[in-house]
Amino acid sequence: MIRFVLVRVMRAVITILAVMTFAFVVLRMSGDPAEVMLGPDVPQNVIEAFRKSWGLDQPLWIQYLAYLKSIFTGDFGVSMRDKAPALQLVLERVPATLQLTVPALILKLLIGIPAGVYAALHRQSFADRGVILLAILGFTIPSFVMGLVLVLIFSVTLGVLPSGGQETWLHGILPTLTMSVGGVGILARFSRSAMIEVMGQPYIRTASAKGLKWRDVVWGHALPNAAVPIVTIVGFMVGSLIAGAVVVESIFSWPGIGRLLIVSVSNRDLAVVQCILLIVAGTMVVSNLAVDLLYGWLDPRLRSPASH
Amino acid sequence: MAMTVATANLVELRNLKVAFDGVRVLHGIDLDVARGEALGLVGESGCGKSVTWLAALGLLPGKASVTGSVRLEGRELCGSPRSTLEQVRGGRIAMIFQDPSSSLNPVLSIGRQITEALAIHRGLRGEAAKTEALRLMDMVGIPDARRRFDLYTHEFSGGQCQRLMIAMALAGEPDLLIADEPTTALDATIQAQILDLLIRLQAETGMALVFISHDLGAVSQVCERVCVMYAGRIVEEGSVAQLFSSPRHPYTRGLFDAIPRIEGPRKRLIPIPGTVPNPKTLPKGCAFAPRCSRTTAFCETSPPSLLPQKDGRKLACAHPIELAVAGKTERRVPEDLLQ
Repeated sequence: MIRFVLVRVMRAVITILAVMTFAFVVLRMSGDPAEVMLGPDVPQNVIEAFRKSWGLDQPLWIQYLAYLKSIFTGDFGVSMRDKAPALQLVLERVPATLQLTVPALILKLLIGIPAGVYAALHRQSFADRGVILLAILGFTIPSFVMGLVLVLIFSVTLGVLPSGGQETWLHGILPTLTMSVGGVGILARFSRSAMIEVMGQPYIRTASAKGLKWRDVVWGHALPNAAVPIVTIVGFMVGSLIAGAVVVESIFSWPGIGRLLIVSVSNRDLAVVQCILLIVAGTMVVSNLAVDLLYGWLDPRLRSPASH
Repeated sequence: MAMTVATANLVELRNLKVAFDGVRVLHGIDLDVARGEALGLVGESGCGKSVTWLAALGLLPGKASVTGSVRLEGRELCGSPRSTLEQVRGGRIAMIFQDPSSSLNPVLSIGRQITEALAIHRGLRGEAAKTEALRLMDMVGIPDARRRFDLYTHEFSGGQCQRLMIAMALAGEPDLLIADEPTTALDATIQAQILDLLIRLQAETGMALVFISHDLGAVSQVCERVCVMYAGRIVEEGSVAQLFSSPRHPYTRGLFDAIPRIEGPRKRLIPIPGTVPNPKTLPKGCAFAPRCSRTTAFCETSPPSLLPQKDGRKLACAHPIELAVAGKTERRVPEDLLQ
């Protein structure tokens, strides 16, 4: 078990390091912050001074080493635009994003899983076909289309919900809905196919044959077996709680991490972008780790040492 | 018609028919199981042995249409509400299956799976249920039951899984145990142990046993009475001694001829030619006619019904094999099969 955790942690560190390096290199190769920040008509000596003050005149590998060193001492750099610590800027935006992504995740779980299970138990029925159709629509329509359609219906036509901003909780409804639709569809599909597979297993027949009530067969014997694939998907959703709202936040002018990321990338605000990517990679890695540990809890066969 | 007169029979199947998506796989089964008796159900895979009992307990998938009558002590089960069936399953009629390892739930502990049955049928919970579950595990020959109570299916061997299945089936103290090919997936030595266990438990508990198998040797060890099934029908029914000393249906005889003998001169086995017919394109007359050496034009047009014979057996054949004359019997059954 200890070895298992150590291996996973090592892998997590390597993943994060790779993301950091990639982000560092790509950001510096794809545009000069000095020109973006200062504008095109600034004299050359001002640009030189800007570069010097941010260390951009150094060779790339020296900048990289300095960056790594500061990360390990807990220093995430300073925003070129706001001159404030990057970490602080990013953390300020986290609650706003979570205000959308957490309710969206709850909606996905509460609608997606029961819908999928219901469809699996009523296979080939009208309800099953309905669930499949809606699920496919849900995850094939891109969120920017879905968002605009919802705005068209609820803001423009009906005029009942605001189309952007963060003033009241009403402002959160449309972005949350937009974000959850795809996830509901994916979870419904996965739950359905996992349950169909499990319901055909001999042990389900055994459970019925010993006189269990149908409800107990489904919830007590079938669902725990279908949980592993479902948990995998939910893990991805939890991992993208911070990063998953980039498009939706832009559509609905929601001041979260996603908006900050877009603004920072276009300004080449290096420290902020790197800080966001680090946090995003971190949550992804942590949720994957949690999923791996959950597997062992859900399925005793994965717990035995032979399978590692 | 629906008189609930107490009969000697525990279970009576009458004209039981099953169809999947309009394709009939069971063509009207009439079968009685008396209290405490051991009945064998023999036939090739796909002949409807298992389907008969899955249908009787309402365990077939929803797309199966089941008609006819299934009576437990005179009480009709076919078409009765789910709650009635749930009480019967495990409590009155328990069933164990072919592949024990996949018939137990892989993510629930063995102890939980057995105590669950005890809770449903005997209202035992907590420590009382655990004590009883340990007793059952001990009874079916699981060594060190206390330590292994919390283990999972993959931590037991196939033979032990079948023992655990049996323990779980016994939890509801059933009047009838349906053993659906319980030894097919197991090694030969383990098979013998499981058969011994079933024989011993049947004697100890006095429950009736329906033993579904294609292994005639196993059937002769466990059962008193045998039904031979072919393509969804019973073709011959009689005592083990009757059928084994003098099979009359050509199919029954074919099954015996296909068993290798250990003693005596080496002889070539006589296989039954051809294959089991597809249920979708069943012959118009006797389903066995295309594979039978005694077929006449009559067999090809009219299906025979299962009729009682003078010696007490039942037979569905227009041209059966003559009854063997005592003393002149050519023994087809290896001695060891009859013990």
